[in-house]
Amino acid sequence: MKILVCITHVPDTTSKISFLDQDTVFDKTGVQFIIGPYDDYALARAVELKEQLGGSITALNVGLAETEPTIRKALAIGADEAIRINAEPKDAFFVAHQIFQVVKGGDYDLILMGRESIDFNGGQVHGMVGELLGIPSVSPVMHLDIAGNVAKLSREIEGGKELLEVALPIVAGCQEPIAEWKIPNMRGIMSARSKPLNVLDPFEDEQKTVVENFVMPAAKSGIKMIDADNVGELVDLLKNEAKVF
Amino acid sequence: MKVLVFIESDEGKIKKSSLEAVSYAAEIAQGTVAMVFGVLESSELNKIGAAGAKKVLHVTDSDFEPSNIMAVSTAIAQVFEAEDIELMVMAKSSLADPVSARVSIKMDASLVSNVTELPDMANGFTVNRSIYTGKAFAKTKLTSDKKILTIRKNTVPIGENGSDPEIVVFQPNSKGSDAAVKVLSQEKTSGDILLPEADIVVSGGRGLKGPENWGMIEDLAAALAAATGCSKPVSDMDWRPHHEHVGQTGVKVSPTLYIAVGISGAIQHLAGVNSSKFIVVINKDPEAPFFKAADYGIVGDAFEVLPQLTKAIQVAKG
Repeated sequence: MKILVCITHVPDTTSKISFLDQDTVFDKTGVQFIIGPYDDYALARAVELKEQLGGSITALNVGLAETEPTIRKALAIGADEAIRINAEPKDAFFVAHQIFQVVKGGDYDLILMGRESIDFNGGQVHGMVGELLGIPSVSPVMHLDIAGNVAKLSREIEGGKELLEVALPIVAGCQEPIAEWKIPNMRGIMSARSKPLNVLDPFEDEQKTVVENFVMPAAKSGIKMIDADNVGELVDLLKNEAKVF
Repeated sequence: MKVLVFIESDEGKIKKSSLEAVSYAAEIAQGTVAMVFGVLESSELNKIGAAGAKKVLHVTDSDFEPSNIMAVSTAIAQVFEAEDIELMVMAKSSLADPVSARVSIKMDASLVSNVTELPDMANGFTVNRSIYTGKAFAKTKLTSDKKILTIRKNTVPIGENGSDPEIVVFQPNSKGSDAAVKVLSQEKTSGDILLPEADIVVSGGRGLKGPENWGMIEDLAAALAAATGCSKPVSDMDWRPHHEHVGQTGVKVSPTLYIAVGISGAIQHLAGVNSSKFIVVINKDPEAPFFKAADYGIVGDAFEVLPQLTKAIQVAKG
């Protein structure tokens, strides 16, 4: 089983978000970067599948040198080798094309990634990579098992889930509860230092969207506290101010 | 500009989020075309016209799988060509996400997800989209000739004054490779209001102490015609199913009203709900961080407050 896991390098979920230069640049000051939480699920499942079936795991990131600590963490968790495509991830179209260029000659059976990145939340790259390769893509995937050359999956749908079977190779956008996140142990951290991390130049490609500027949400005007013995006041507010009934 | 809207239905009803997408498209251009799958009464199809579409392409072929990502993507690309579509609008959903991505490659289109406002077409085509799980927005320009948007709930009101649409049966050409994906079955709750569709959501957290106490949440939800949700710990402990988990790694909602009961308000939970128009927090801990993000708050014991609130709402609604 040859598995590629695409990982994003994103601000920790507890990060405070702010922008610089007239709201055109994300302010990285004091921000802790992590493997995208959904990508972390994909990586964890890849490690489990490798334990069951043998094979290899390649981690891939599209990013500048600053993402290497995040890539090393993926190696510590269980990837055998890593590829970094040395480019700022401009948009989903750009990133999908970079991944496609690496994957197309690679004979991967499984291409896993998170259902979406937690910075831009697009949820687009897995579908785009699948379409570029001409192979099926499934997302958001909650369970993934392999039987021979068939993937047995469940996908979350509104109000429940859907069970599918898809012939390999496939691209899957993953989410919980596909696997438990894995915390790297000391042996993993030590071995990650010597595992290969290959840096590739980006492949020329256009982008199809451009962020003009960022906007912060309007602040809440302040909370109205209501006495627990006076729920009637809340009902009045819901009726007359929020107008929900 | 010729606009296509991809419509989803659930249990024979057109999803409200899809009707919203129709009204969104109708604000941009006249002559909106909608595409819909499966057995639907004409009264349902007419809702698409009322919301603003002029023409409905209805896929009635019973062999067509409306949840097959591959087959749906192929069918949409066919409509793009046949109808000379320049813009497609979809309500964000578990199907719209993967389908929009595949179609964007097939059509060489710009794609933006989580759109929260009508486009600004004064200088090109720019939309506002939610990023960082609702912690910020990005004004984003689509630079290709063809464009695809997935819109978030509560972006525009659903129109009701359009006329009955022209309904045309549409037969998609399936591609052999689409059959590589076999949808075996769906397991879903029936009759409930789907979380991403709901105008009102009532969510419970660990403060409810156990799954056996969820009747109180369900009673309040029933009184408000609301969907039920929960925090991550509640779904992790299997008190409630995963599709009810609201937050950073669960469902992101943007209802008119979100009521959080016994949820402290970790930043990962707030990220999934902070686009709600009104937020009510009920928690016995006055220091719960959720109060800072709320419009209305009650400090009190959920076990006492909820039954009173449910009763008061039933009385107020008559």
